[in-house]
Amino acid sequence: MDKNISGIPLTYGQASGEVLFLDEPISFWGGVDLEGVIADERHPQFKANSASKVLVMTSSRGSSSGSFCLMELMRKNLAPVAIVITEPDGVICTGVLVGKETFGMDLPVIQVKLSDLALFKTGQNVTVSSQINHAEAIIKAL
Amino acid sequence: MQLTAEEQAMLSGQHGEAVALAMRLLTELGRIKGATHMIDIESAHIDGCIFYGQAGLDYANKLVSLGAKVVVPTTVNVGSMDLIHPGLVLEQTEHQRTVANGARKIMQAYADMGVNQTWTCAPYQADVRPEFGKDIAWAESNAIVFANSVLGARTDRYGDFMDIASAITGKAPYAGLHIPENRVGHLILDCTSLSEHVKQLDILYPLLGYLAGHYAGTKNPVFVGLPGDIHEDKLKALGAAAASSGGVGLFHIVGCTPEAPTLEAVVANPDQIPTHIIDADLLRKTRDEISTAVRGSKLSAVSLGTPHASLDEIKALSDELNSREPIAPEVKFYINTGRTILNQATEAGYIKKLEDSGVQVVTDTCAYTAYIFKPGTKTVITNSGKVAHYVPANMGVDVVLATLEECVESARKGVMTWDSDLFHG
Repeated sequence: MDKNISGIPLTYGQASGEVLFLDEPISFWGGVDLEGVIADERHPQFKANSASKVLVMTSSRGSSSGSFCLMELMRKNLAPVAIVITEPDGVICTGVLVGKETFGMDLPVIQVKLSDLALFKTGQNVTVSSQINHAEAIIKAL
Repeated sequence: MQLTAEEQAMLSGQHGEAVALAMRLLTELGRIKGATHMIDIESAHIDGCIFYGQAGLDYANKLVSLGAKVVVPTTVNVGSMDLIHPGLVLEQTEHQRTVANGARKIMQAYADMGVNQTWTCAPYQADVRPEFGKDIAWAESNAIVFANSVLGARTDRYGDFMDIASAITGKAPYAGLHIPENRVGHLILDCTSLSEHVKQLDILYPLLGYLAGHYAGTKNPVFVGLPGDIHEDKLKALGAAAASSGGVGLFHIVGCTPEAPTLEAVVANPDQIPTHIIDADLLRKTRDEISTAVRGSKLSAVSLGTPHASLDEIKALSDELNSREPIAPEVKFYINTGRTILNQATEAGYIKKLEDSGVQVVTDTCAYTAYIFKPGTKTVITNSGKVAHYVPANMGVDVVLATLEECVESARKGVMTWDSDLFHG
């Protein structure tokens, strides 16, 4: 059976993709390279590719220049297709909001409960749907 | 979020497409941050003018094409180009040329929006002084922490892109450090055991900042046991380091900074928050941890003025160099400052003294933001906690964090030189 996880809409849109689950927060400035690959050697998911994935993590960390880096990935179509986080992360949301205004593309970001984060596993197929007053992630049954 | 009739009109496009775009960004981010309403801001400081890549330029050009103009006094941070001394910026590789060209274009785009072309990370020194208690929308981490902590103005930690949205609307979401309850202290750094001698050292302040960022993350640290009359340049150095090693947007120094006449003014229950003791051993250890270069190694470059040097700092350097031995010919010596301070320092005669001594004055940018360090630069000595924090990882260069006197002595000898017993004297 599919599993529905409800959340809070941060940015709007709908997208489906494969989950990349990050065990630790990542900085888009320096922590992810210009091709969307995790470039921080100390990160548990070092070398994993986040492009076109549903990126799942607690939050980002580090410099506010991360907004620019995420937006640059959107410009090159190398950003995640959706992001699931547990905090209203200003750096991520700023990058997505400005990316939408500049390039006209949606990247849904939703906030879920920390206790629900463990339901996500790398490789699952997930649809993220985020509208005013309603957001959810649907994990497809295998 | 509750919007006024005026704000609704801005959002619906009655003030033009650029204002509508900016209001969409601000209301969406406000909703995400949990803001209940918008506030008017008195000034803006823009960080989005550094060229990191095409996306930032595309956004700025989009705003220009929609007719964006700033409506509050707006200063701009450094760009990735020295417009006054363009020959200083390397344009040898394809990548360096891309950055230099992109830098010129994005700086022009912000100029077209009507900003005051200050091109400095320290606009508070000579360009604009926000008043105590006023709301502003400032970006760039050192400018944010200085405005909040030293001036007592109120800005949240704005990043690139939202800064200009506030500048062209005069609005910001009421969130974060705009809210008085979020400006209290969260942890104490106790400096009472430090000697009077140590409390006068300029290097103490970037070290305290580095430690504060480490302990506080994005929370508000409170220092006790420091003098009441600390020079503004030292507070600038403290804040810049705290915003580099951590994400500090506001600090208090009891008896010194304006919101902290007493400990009780910023901390309701001092016994119930964490306290960290700062002593001479910790300072020595921290300096060793930040410094990656080996003692006695050959020195490539000196980098001063991050954040941008004040008139007092330029005078201090010219006094230090005057009537001493010359700088070793193989050492590059840079000091970064803003163009307003450059003009004042030129009039005062300091710039000629510096240039006669072999110092290169960098304006509009910063030796580590633009391609200024020459190929082959292996070691840098600096009095900046911010440079010391970022340069080893970003540029693969070894650094030493030092006093102004140690920087000058190292430049004269051409060798990294510093005093390990500085804090125990």
